[in-house]
Amino acid sequence: MKANIKAISYYLPEEILSNDLINQEFPEWDIEKISSKTGINSRHISAKDEFSSDMAIKAAEKLFKEHNIDRSEIDFLLFCTQSPDYFLPTTACIIQEKLGLNTTIGALDYNLGCSGFVYGLSLAKGLIAGEMAKNILLITSETYSKFIHPKDKSNKTIFGDAAAATLISSEKGFCSIGNFVFGTDGKGAENLIVKQGGMRFPVLNDNEDISDEFGNVRNDKNLFMNGTEIFNFTGEFVPKLIQGMLEKANLKQDDIDLFVFHQANKYMLNHLRKKIKIPEDKFYISMAHCGNTVSSTIPIALYEAVKEGKLENIQNMIIAGFGVGYSWGACNLIIN
Amino acid sequence: MEINTFLQNFADILDDTDAALIKQETVFRDLEEWDSLTALSLIAMADEEYSVKLTGDDIKSSTSLNDIFEIIKNKG
Repeated sequence: MKANIKAISYYLPEEILSNDLINQEFPEWDIEKISSKTGINSRHISAKDEFSSDMAIKAAEKLFKEHNIDRSEIDFLLFCTQSPDYFLPTTACIIQEKLGLNTTIGALDYNLGCSGFVYGLSLAKGLIAGEMAKNILLITSETYSKFIHPKDKSNKTIFGDAAAATLISSEKGFCSIGNFVFGTDGKGAENLIVKQGGMRFPVLNDNEDISDEFGNVRNDKNLFMNGTEIFNFTGEFVPKLIQGMLEKANLKQDDIDLFVFHQANKYMLNHLRKKIKIPEDKFYISMAHCGNTVSSTIPIALYEAVKEGKLENIQNMIIAGFGVGYSWGACNLIIN
Repeated sequence: MEINTFLQNFADILDDTDAALIKQETVFRDLEEWDSLTALSLIAMADEEYSVKLTGDDIKSSTSLNDIFEIIKNKG
């Protein structure tokens, strides 16, 4: 049985962190350089009392309304986050109740970052192929802003909060889900990490702030990203990922009409695009309005691509997610 | 690999720095424009121009542009 993406909607929190605001706080940071290199003009920041489940619910309600979807038809909920409301219960259970979904559905959380959307599609396809579900609601939601130190200008510039809701169905959608390739390498765990807050290192209140070589301030309860290592990781693995994807789907690179990668930042994306030799007009970037929203970047970009008409008269797409873990994955989508 | 070409490549990744300031002995960290994005640009340039994977540690352990040049040369 075929699995199809039927609809996508997304939610961005109200508060906006513009380049102007970042520039006011960090006057040494050239504003035009920020936007020209990162491709980001603004990010949305979750309110103090707004958490991943709240944003997930708003994204799902938008999905139901925007695409006229009957929530009673949903029979499985997959929730991807690295900033859950609690250790337990499972955030997906809270979302089920607040969205008024049937109590006969299956629901689970899974913890992945930038590769999370691709993995979610693979789980949804598996549920449909195994005849365990017909209409799967996949929600990605992340509040990285709550992890970021207020004086960490690099991460503040890159990351934004968002949630995206996607309906995957055995019924026809705007595209069908093809094949998958995956990758995992835990040797990169320490390069993108929030060290404290789990069992191994509980949050300490007397952490000492440390400043890195570029003047970014953080401590062990904050998000840490080793930008240069992540850059090298993607440069090494993403070209192989795309190669593997083409082989798996038995397609040539020229057969692909549109590539949508995890929207990390424009600079890195263009470096990858050139390395893989993808022409600019086949490489979709949409992150200026929201920044790197982790697992929601791909569904947000897909939503915008549909809206812009980029999916009209095309046949084959490849989407690819890569990052924290390290974890990576790609799949091909066939436009109906 | 030639030092002058490398210095030219380095000058090309900068937006607001006078190319005359880019010399073998230049302490790149002292350049006003040096930041985390410039570091990524340097890594990208090493990859694109010399097919060399420059690491964050390579940059950290270097002081002058000549140090970077030597690392790229040895890795190439």
